[in-house]
Amino acid sequence: MSKVYIALQDNDESRYIVEAIEESNPDATVIHMPAMIRIEQENRLVIERKVVEEKMGRDWDVQELHINLITLGGNVDEDDDQFVLEWKQ
Amino acid sequence: MPVFALKPGYQGERMDRVENFGGNQIVYFGWDEHRMFCAAKAFPLPPSMPFSAVMEQIIPEAFGQHPEFSQINWDSVEWMLNNEPFKPQLDVSLEAQGVDHKSLIRFKTPGLTGYNGLGV
Amino acid sequence: MAAKKLNIKDKYRLLTRDLDWDFSYEDPKKAFPYEEFEGIKITDWNKWEDPFRLTMDSYWKYQAEKEKKLYAILDAFSQNNGHLNVVDPRYVNAVKIFLTGVSPLEYQAYQGFAHVGRQFSGVGARVACQMQSLDELRHVQTQIHAMSHYNKFFDGFQEFSHMHDRVWYLSVPRSFFTDARSAGPFEFMIAIGFSFEYVLTNLLFVPFMSGAAHNGDMATVTFGFSAQSDEARHMTLGLEVIKFLLEQHEDNVPIVQKWIDKWFWRGTRLLTIVAMMMDYMLPNKVMSWKEAWEVYFEEAGGALFKDLARYGITMPKYADVIEKEKEHISHQAWWTFYTHGHAAGFHTWIPSDQELDWLSEKYPDTFDKYYRPMWELAKEQEAKGERFYTSGLPQLCQTCQIPMLFTEMDNPNQNSMRDTVFDGERYHFCSDGCCDIFKDEPEKYVQAWLPVHQIFQGNCGGPDVGDILSDYYRMNVGVDNMDIKDSPDEQRWNKWKGVA
Repeated sequence: MSKVYIALQDNDESRYIVEAIEESNPDATVIHMPAMIRIEQENRLVIERKVVEEKMGRDWDVQELHINLITLGGNVDEDDDQFVLEWKQ
Repeated sequence: MPVFALKPGYQGERMDRVENFGGNQIVYFGWDEHRMFCAAKAFPLPPSMPFSAVMEQIIPEAFGQHPEFSQINWDSVEWMLNNEPFKPQLDVSLEAQGVDHKSLIRFKTPGLTGYNGLGV
Repeated sequence: MAAKKLNIKDKYRLLTRDLDWDFSYEDPKKAFPYEEFEGIKITDWNKWEDPFRLTMDSYWKYQAEKEKKLYAILDAFSQNNGHLNVVDPRYVNAVKIFLTGVSPLEYQAYQGFAHVGRQFSGVGARVACQMQSLDELRHVQTQIHAMSHYNKFFDGFQEFSHMHDRVWYLSVPRSFFTDARSAGPFEFMIAIGFSFEYVLTNLLFVPFMSGAAHNGDMATVTFGFSAQSDEARHMTLGLEVIKFLLEQHEDNVPIVQKWIDKWFWRGTRLLTIVAMMMDYMLPNKVMSWKEAWEVYFEEAGGALFKDLARYGITMPKYADVIEKEKEHISHQAWWTFYTHGHAAGFHTWIPSDQELDWLSEKYPDTFDKYYRPMWELAKEQEAKGERFYTSGLPQLCQTCQIPMLFTEMDNPNQNSMRDTVFDGERYHFCSDGCCDIFKDEPEKYVQAWLPVHQIFQGNCGGPDVGDILSDYYRMNVGVDNMDIKDSPDEQRWNKWKGVA
């Protein structure tokens, strides 16, 4: 087992995304660093459009993630409804 | 393995051929386990230079800033030329004692182990 | 009836499959002449998949949004004299290294991706490389723009592009990229797209930029994270490239492995300067180089290589040496620049006592034993009024072009030196890793433009080092270089801050 991770800029939009990630991935670890937030979890992490939209109270396109994204680790799979990071080991 | 190249027989230009140094050749000098000097030092020297001139001009220029330099007993120094033991002959030219272009001369100073004995 | 909105998978397919055409009357080999000579076998470009499925319309939309955010912050930074908020003027010297050593690499990456983006016959790869090429151009522009503010108030920024092409230590990053760009398109993708972007740029842009934030540098953290937001896409491209090559043909596996071995070694050597910036040039510390290496290489890279094991790919060669070197290289690099501070385009200094203690704490196995004594000696020399600037010019490694400053991991007091003879001439290397790279393609590396040898050949002006620095490198001698103590940078800072 290895960890996948994602890091986002620490700003207003990211805070909602992080809340959504925590809801969709109850075992994820959230690490706050200067100006950035790093979230990691064993093997797989998912960001669901619906959950983010609930937190933000507006429509959210999964590709908007790019605006606040700093880095990630893992194989990416993205479609209209979700963004998945995964190791296939 | 040969280089991956678009055309067979590719050969880049050798930038540091001895002919490019205006009659000099490059010689590197390093003092083992004395890290005050981060790396060995390079000098362009005439191949005809006798080793006595290296000892008088080059070695003090390269390493004289070290606090242990004045304590070196040159009779006990162990020399290496290109990874082989080497006994420099003072009155013989670099060329005649096998110091060719881009040779590396290293020396050890038994008993002197760097600033405070710590390899610096 | 309104047209049905396409989902991203359909949009991506229309862009990358349906817009392409076949060559009916021209030989495709003539259209894509670089695609075969490296020995890589592609059986079906249609298997190429970009997991982000980014199409050009979305690309421009999101990039425009990133730019708007970035420039709003840069304007605010400039209008509010943001340079006064950095924690310490020493920090700004890390920004000088960034502008002279890193930003020009973004430009080289732009050129490299524009080239390979033309040379692949698969349209999915071409689109991804084109986007990355545009990203890299954006990065160099935003970085120059952000750092131009510092150029108004600090020395050493004014000739960054000229210096990148000429200055001795900048030949290290420059030659790294020219090596990659002069390779074939697939090697370029493994070198830059995979090895450099996937694992190594994280170490530069994530912990270092977080460090910039922690040191009050709003401009740098902003362009850094804005660039890094593209980097996530670049990393994903790098990983897709390697998986694609490995899935296309089993004969690709040993070729790819060889490039991974080569470029991880070249990349770790290049990052030595970042190690030094993190451990010595950030007055407020976030994490040590060793910690960053453990998180971003050992943990993240370890997971990556476990993932690639199913294709028969193994950890890069000499990963065991790299693991030991993480305890040493930042200290060796800063000592090298400190002792060559007369020939550097930025200021150097002895770490404060507090910083020395931090280093002891972060490097319990190596710092007090090997590196603290150097600073004790430097302090002694400085107290005598003999601030130590080393004489002469150092021996350089033929492959990485770094002074031969690395040491043997089984005897860290002794410099590591390797050599080999090719075509009647002896060549010198800092490590087995660099020596192996040379031996594999000596015809390429014999043409290395080694700054020390070029000086001795008379190609850099002179004859004195001072003439070379001022005329050939265009350093403002006595202003840009030397210790930070009593430098014009420090004097101005003290005036602004009302310090006597």
